[in-house]
Amino acid sequence: MNDRRNQMTLDMQELSVRRVNQTLRSNGEQAFRILHPRGAHSLACGLNAPLDVSVEGHAGYYCAGMNQHATVTVDGNAGTGLAENIMSGSVRVLGNASQSVGASGHGGLVVVEGNASARCGISMKGVDIIIGGNVGHMAAFMAQSGSLVVCGDAGADLGDSIYEARLFVRGDVESLGADCVEKEMRNEHIESLQALLASAGMSSKIKAESFRRYGSARKLYNFTIDNAGAA
Amino acid sequence: MCGITGLFLKRPELRNELGLWSARMLHEMRDRGPDSAGFVVYGEPVAGAKLTLLSETGTVDWGELFASLKSALGVEMSYQTIEDHAVFEFEKDVAADAREWILANAPDVIVSSAGKSMEVFKGVGDPAEVGKRFGLESRTGTHAITHTRMATESAVIIRGSHPFSTGRDTCLVHNGSLSNHNQLRRFLQLQGESFQTENDSEVAAGYLSWRMGQGDNLDAALEHAIEDLDGFYTFAIGSLDGFAVVRDPIACKPAVIAETDDWVAMASEFRAIAVLPDARNANIWEPEPSRVYSWHQTQ
Repeated sequence: MNDRRNQMTLDMQELSVRRVNQTLRSNGEQAFRILHPRGAHSLACGLNAPLDVSVEGHAGYYCAGMNQHATVTVDGNAGTGLAENIMSGSVRVLGNASQSVGASGHGGLVVVEGNASARCGISMKGVDIIIGGNVGHMAAFMAQSGSLVVCGDAGADLGDSIYEARLFVRGDVESLGADCVEKEMRNEHIESLQALLASAGMSSKIKAESFRRYGSARKLYNFTIDNAGAA
Repeated sequence: MCGITGLFLKRPELRNELGLWSARMLHEMRDRGPDSAGFVVYGEPVAGAKLTLLSETGTVDWGELFASLKSALGVEMSYQTIEDHAVFEFEKDVAADAREWILANAPDVIVSSAGKSMEVFKGVGDPAEVGKRFGLESRTGTHAITHTRMATESAVIIRGSHPFSTGRDTCLVHNGSLSNHNQLRRFLQLQGESFQTENDSEVAAGYLSWRMGQGDNLDAALEHAIEDLDGFYTFAIGSLDGFAVVRDPIACKPAVIAETDDWVAMASEFRAIAVLPDARNANIWEPEPSRVYSWHQTQ
């Protein structure tokens, strides 16, 4: 995947976040290693090219936010708002992620190999999010489109006030939020889930048939035709 | 927004590093709370008692106060001053009487701590400068908590700076804001608790103080706090032999905990933990909502 001949190393013992992000956006290189991130915020934000960025250590808030086209890997943990508002490309964290993974994401793929905490996939609008471990409370809150795959357990109030996203959970769900219900797992869902697991590189270990599906009961205010014209 | 750090050392041979490591952690949390800062250090306990005092106006004559208090209590004492703070040390455990006497006779003085081990220092302005002014780097001990404040519920004055004392050798720092603090303050005042500020976090401290006065241990007092406090909070609480962390039921405010064989650390953000030795190999997790985490010295 990496073209090692053109890889550039950015050491954050010497460079500020701003310098690193400017270099990522303006340089002609296609592959980067970021060393010693030490929990810095806003790393690799706003990328808009098919770059390959490897963060070697823990990242702070909003890592790879607003990502388009780029592939960002964090070999460590990530703080709040990983890949928030991601449009395309992919973001992978090898450790755990804090709250609000993929918040408002419109597209692309976010993979967390460990656990993600509260509000994972909040207001997701088309992004696919795959969590290797557990998610905290209020995952997929007000989710509108896309898929959330949880290979472990989900905390309280999964899918609260959900619109149309697809939620797949392999382990236990502590409780479902308002208007979120379990739904039948039909062949089409198993196929789409298999494709998602394959895209995350997890399909050899984890079978799509072992998941349960959750989604919107479509009973809240917005789903009532009488309210369609309401401001 | 505010910043919190807590550091608890597991091995006695690391105690000389406590201040230096805590200062580095505090430095990383400057952006989260540039208004003011404070810290508590738990050093070697004294046989008698000690009080950390703070003069809000900076006009207190510590020598005069010391002499008056000494003649009122009739016990051997010593004192040292640092900037607008003073630490009074007593040969016998007269912490409660000394505190009461000062509150009654020295209205300009805030009693920031009372007990055997803890010393609290706080100030307005750049947190790193506050740390320097009070010599955080060179302090030694078993555990320490620091706080950087971005004010929301009350004014940027030294009285509003954390940590807030919650009783003998216990104190609290807070990131968040409470919504039922006025009602709770009135209730606690009726129970006999006294408050020195309009600050919401001081109410949380007073609440714990009241609960522990009713016989709760620290963990039980925190379990009750989850029921009775309304609002957003991550609290770090220091006690004579350890520290505790608790987050509100929806975990609004951030917190990260990391643990190695040598130390346990908590901070609002990971970057404050990243400065510790061996942080890369630490076990790192986010505390769950409504769950009390605590560590205590085993020796």
